[in-house]
Amino acid sequence: MLSIKNLQAKIGEKQILNGINLEVKAGEVHAIMGPNGSGKSTLASVLAGREEFEVMEGEVNFLGKDLLEMAPEDRAREGVFLAFQYPVEIPGVSTINFMKTALNQIREHRGQQPLDAVSFLGVMKEKMKLVEIDQSLLNRSLNEGFSGGEKKRNEIFQMAMLEPKLAILDETDSGLDIDALKIVANGVNKLRSKSNAVVVVTHYQRLLDYIVPDFVHVLYKGKIVKSGTKELALELEAKGYDWIKDEVSVA
Amino acid sequence: MSVDIVEKNLSTEVSSSIERSLNTKTFDYTIRKEALESFRKLGFPPAKNEEYKFTPLSRVLEKNLKAGLASASTTLNDPTTNTIPGLDALVVVIANGKVINVPSAEHGLTILPLAKALESNSEAQKHFSKYADHRVDPFTAWNTASWEDGLFIHVPDNKVIEKPVVLYYLQDAKDGQVISLNRNLIVAAKNSEITIIEKFDSITGTPGFNFSNTVNEIVVGENAGVNFYSIQNDQGGRHQFGLTQFYQSNYSRVNTFTFTLDGKLVRNNLQLTLDGEGIESHMYGLYLLNHDTLADNHTVVDHKKPNSFSNELYKGIMDESSRGVFNGKIYVRPDAQKTNAFQANRNILLTDKATVNTKPQLEIWADDVKCSHGCTSGQLDEEALFYLQTRGIAKETAQAMMLYAFAGELLDNVKHPVMKEYLDGVISERLHKNF
Repeated sequence: MLSIKNLQAKIGEKQILNGINLEVKAGEVHAIMGPNGSGKSTLASVLAGREEFEVMEGEVNFLGKDLLEMAPEDRAREGVFLAFQYPVEIPGVSTINFMKTALNQIREHRGQQPLDAVSFLGVMKEKMKLVEIDQSLLNRSLNEGFSGGEKKRNEIFQMAMLEPKLAILDETDSGLDIDALKIVANGVNKLRSKSNAVVVVTHYQRLLDYIVPDFVHVLYKGKIVKSGTKELALELEAKGYDWIKDEVSVA
Repeated sequence: MSVDIVEKNLSTEVSSSIERSLNTKTFDYTIRKEALESFRKLGFPPAKNEEYKFTPLSRVLEKNLKAGLASASTTLNDPTTNTIPGLDALVVVIANGKVINVPSAEHGLTILPLAKALESNSEAQKHFSKYADHRVDPFTAWNTASWEDGLFIHVPDNKVIEKPVVLYYLQDAKDGQVISLNRNLIVAAKNSEITIIEKFDSITGTPGFNFSNTVNEIVVGENAGVNFYSIQNDQGGRHQFGLTQFYQSNYSRVNTFTFTLDGKLVRNNLQLTLDGEGIESHMYGLYLLNHDTLADNHTVVDHKKPNSFSNELYKGIMDESSRGVFNGKIYVRPDAQKTNAFQANRNILLTDKATVNTKPQLEIWADDVKCSHGCTSGQLDEEALFYLQTRGIAKETAQAMMLYAFAGELLDNVKHPVMKEYLDGVISERLHKNF
């Protein structure tokens, strides 16, 4: 589904990604871990199409198409979804109107008819349950005045609405208490299927108790320096990142 | 140096023209003569004048004004496509400065040509030219000295006028220059309520110079309420100066809505004198500018007595090479303790060529007051745009959503359903709302 080869990217003059290689197949969950500043969020941003980052080399193929050539909205329409680490507050734009516009633009791209108001509300109610989000929250301006947990739940709600093929969760667990974390993880798990994939970017192993990954990758200095199964995450939790750093410097 | 001479020559020419137009038989002959003297003293503002430094009205007049101030005639007599659809209103049409029709009044409302009212109506005589100060502003002096037509509107005690009074100002410069000088006096007596709407339009693609100078004096009596809309969507290259001067008494309520969407150069002076207690005043402004339109909002709120409230919110979106100017003065006089006065001006610039100059000016002599002001100018939030795009929303749509949300805050305050729908439509169209 997603094939990343030798991806290098910089912001300004600072190179952050130094040759990432990653293969993600349908049905898989990949966790990307790593110390602060290793490039985890940059990778997520580059995949979603954030303009501040300049791709210097490498390629990203998504379902047979060159992802890097596409505008952010086209990536979303093709099925990529980024759950933001810091969801943006947009005063005056209600979540409901925003979601309706987004969903219908994606449906148009897929050659589907736009949903009318009634069907849209039907779909919305169903997805709201998934992340236990209240409609009063969705009537309000997008993320404005939301708590950290509410913002993250709103991200997963949006993901549920848009039904992406590839979901990238950028530190969705940061700042969440255990109850909110469970709700978010539960939402993600319910959306997992054989035909879609999830990339979980996280600093903490804790989330992976609830979203169990098939593969764990350690990112350090802009490169994937170690890959393994979920046991690797436990090892990182127990031993920290220093041994990885030592391994890299020895190598 | 040369600029000064140019302005002096222009001022002299306009003074002579005003002098020739004076008629000893008019009720306000003395006032007109005084205003002419004020105008002679003030002259058109030079380029560096603090009040006009971003708005080169003098230069525009110098460049365009043909000798004499006569206006071309017009056969325009109805606002045709420029009306506000579905609005049940008392309609006044003013074409090239002449009042074409005065609606038949209802419910005790008086609507008369101002000159006629000044001959016999004691309320008109009592209030005329008491509030718009010709001694400080040359354009106000010019208007006071040589206004040609206008209305006197009087709402008697305890009357609530349900239908808004709409003044459609039409200009037609296809047969030469048009210089319109209009003057209105509106008095809302004790416990009365009225809504006034002024709307400016012109015939497009006309070669003549198109200018208007409109002064409104609006007296709001004790516990009375006035809603005032100014809709400036002139697509015929109008240059316009306007002063709307409110004078408010105890417990009166004023809401003003100033929407500028088009025009060549628009200068709005909106001034509220709060000479009473328990007053509540809201001033809302929205300027959505494109091509090379210049819109300049100069506002003054003058708190003279204790326990009153004023709130001002002006927002602007500048596209292409348009220019926005905002100047908001708040005075809180020594007696005006327990005043609450708030002001905010927010601007979005969509291009590198668009500009905005914004300046809050608070002068507070009382010590127990709550006042605040804030102004912001910047581009659209790129992070927010990106966020919307990552949800599959096209960049153009995302931009329109954000701009509409920005402007929409002002629409929230428009309570009149027909006006709300109309303004929403105009704004949506301008911002390419397609969601």
